[in-house]
Formats: sequence, C-alpha cells, structure tokens
Amino acid sequence: MLDALTVAVAVTALALAAWCGLAAYRDQPTKDWHFIGMAVVSVLALAQLVVGIVQLARGERPDQGMTIFIAYLIGSFAAVPAAGFLSLTERTRWGSVTVAAGAVVLAVLEVRLYDIWGK
Amino acid sequence: MTDTDRTGTSAGPRTRPKQQFELGTGPGRVLVWFYGVFTVAAASRAVVQMILDFGRAPLAYVLSAVAAVVYGFITYSLVRGGEKARRAALVCCAAELAGVLVVGTWTLAEPSAFRDATVWSDFGMGYLFIPVILPVTGMMWLRRARSA
Repeated sequence: MLDALTVAVAVTALALAAWCGLAAYRDQPTKDWHFIGMAVVSVLALAQLVVGIVQLARGERPDQGMTIFIAYLIGSFAAVPAAGFLSLTERTRWGSVTVAAGAVVLAVLEVRLYDIWGK
Repeated sequence: MTDTDRTGTSAGPRTRPKQQFELGTGPGRVLVWFYGVFTVAAASRAVVQMILDFGRAPLAYVLSAVAAVVYGFITYSLVRGGEKARRAALVCCAAELAGVLVVGTWTLAEPSAFRDATVWSDFGMGYLFIPVILPVTGMMWLRRARSA
C-alpha cells in the first residue's frame, strides 16, 4: 500500500499516545487540543482507508487476503474516534489513558496492516 | 440519611446492597475500551474464518467465537454496573483466564490440534499478551470496585 501513509499514521498515533499519556500522568482529562490531535490522526487513518480501497479497486491485492485487509483498515479508522468518545464521557485522567491506549492499538494495527499488504 | 445515622444499626458492608455502583468509569473505562476492542477483534476473526473455511481448523474457530462471547459479556457487564454485573464479570474474567491458560498450554504442548491460531494461542502472544494481562487486571478492578 502507501508505506509513507502507514508510517505517518503509526508515528502520529504514537505521538498522540505519548501526549495523552502525559495528560494522564499529570492527572488531567483530555482537552480540546487533544481532540484536535485525535482528529489529525483520524483524518490520516481515513486517508489510508480511502487509499486502501482505491488500490483494491485498481486490482492490487494484499498478500494475506482481502477480507482481513479491509477489516484492519476499518478497525484502524475506528480505533481513535471510539476511544475519543469514551474519553468524552470520562472527564478524568482515565479518559486520557483510554485515548493513549486507543492510539497504541492503532499503531499496532498499522504494523499488522503493513504485514497484511506485504511486498 | 447520612453516614453517621447508620451507627446504631450495626452497619456492615452489606447495608446498601441495592445501590447500583458504576464499573465502567475511572480505571474501568480503560477496561471497557480494551474489552470492547477484543470483542470486535475476536468476533470478526471468528466470523471471517468460519465463513471462509470452517473445515480448516474448526476447533480454533469455535474457540475464537467462545472468546468473543466471553469478551462481549464482560464489556456489557462493565457498562451495566451493579453488584450482579460485577459478580458475573468476575466469573467471566476467571473463565477467560482459565481459557487463556488452557489454550495457551494446549497450543504449546500439541500444536497439531490447532491448524490456525486463536486469540488465546500461545498465551495471546500474537496480541502482545494482552489476553493474559486483561483478565488479571479485570479481576483486580472488580474486586476493588466492591470495596470502593
């Protein structure tokens, strides 16, 4: 797939995880700036979803199967927004921990996506 | 009625059994997230594998489905809250831990029984060992939630 995009999503996700981890360490809930950060990561993940679908439409095929690839694409798009919603209703440091955990999950999904696509 | 009013009634820890306490807030919110993720992961894995080729490794796929049900029920219990849900979640966490340990040992002792991996294979190594860590932290949280 687009390796640069995969790397970009993984790196921004890890940065988001560190940022929200810091907020949790300081006993703070997620704030507006964190949500802007989540939006950036989510937009990148959305771009990846679009690029992935376009490449499938052009006839390229992932090494480990199309179903798994699509499942991981959707999962990596949904991870950070879902964690963000949980943190909206949990206005304590634990909301920040949830977003940090969500971002780490996304980074792991990116590694798996890279393997699934192959080449 | 304030706390001091209860002194004459020989108040024990069971004086407010009807009160619904939250399990899915605070640290529990992080657990809701992880259990939610694993419900989706195990369920989609089981569904995809069963549809594509059930005959290849029926035991592994059925175990994935069982894991998905257990994870889903724990997620639901954490969100619901209250003593009944807490106990049900505690039982499920114990079952989950037993499942990880049994399947983990089984996959190492006799790899031929599983022609494909499950969420619980090799003690959840493919999932960063979270399947082992999750039930332990879950039980710790559920025990603490009662005393809190």
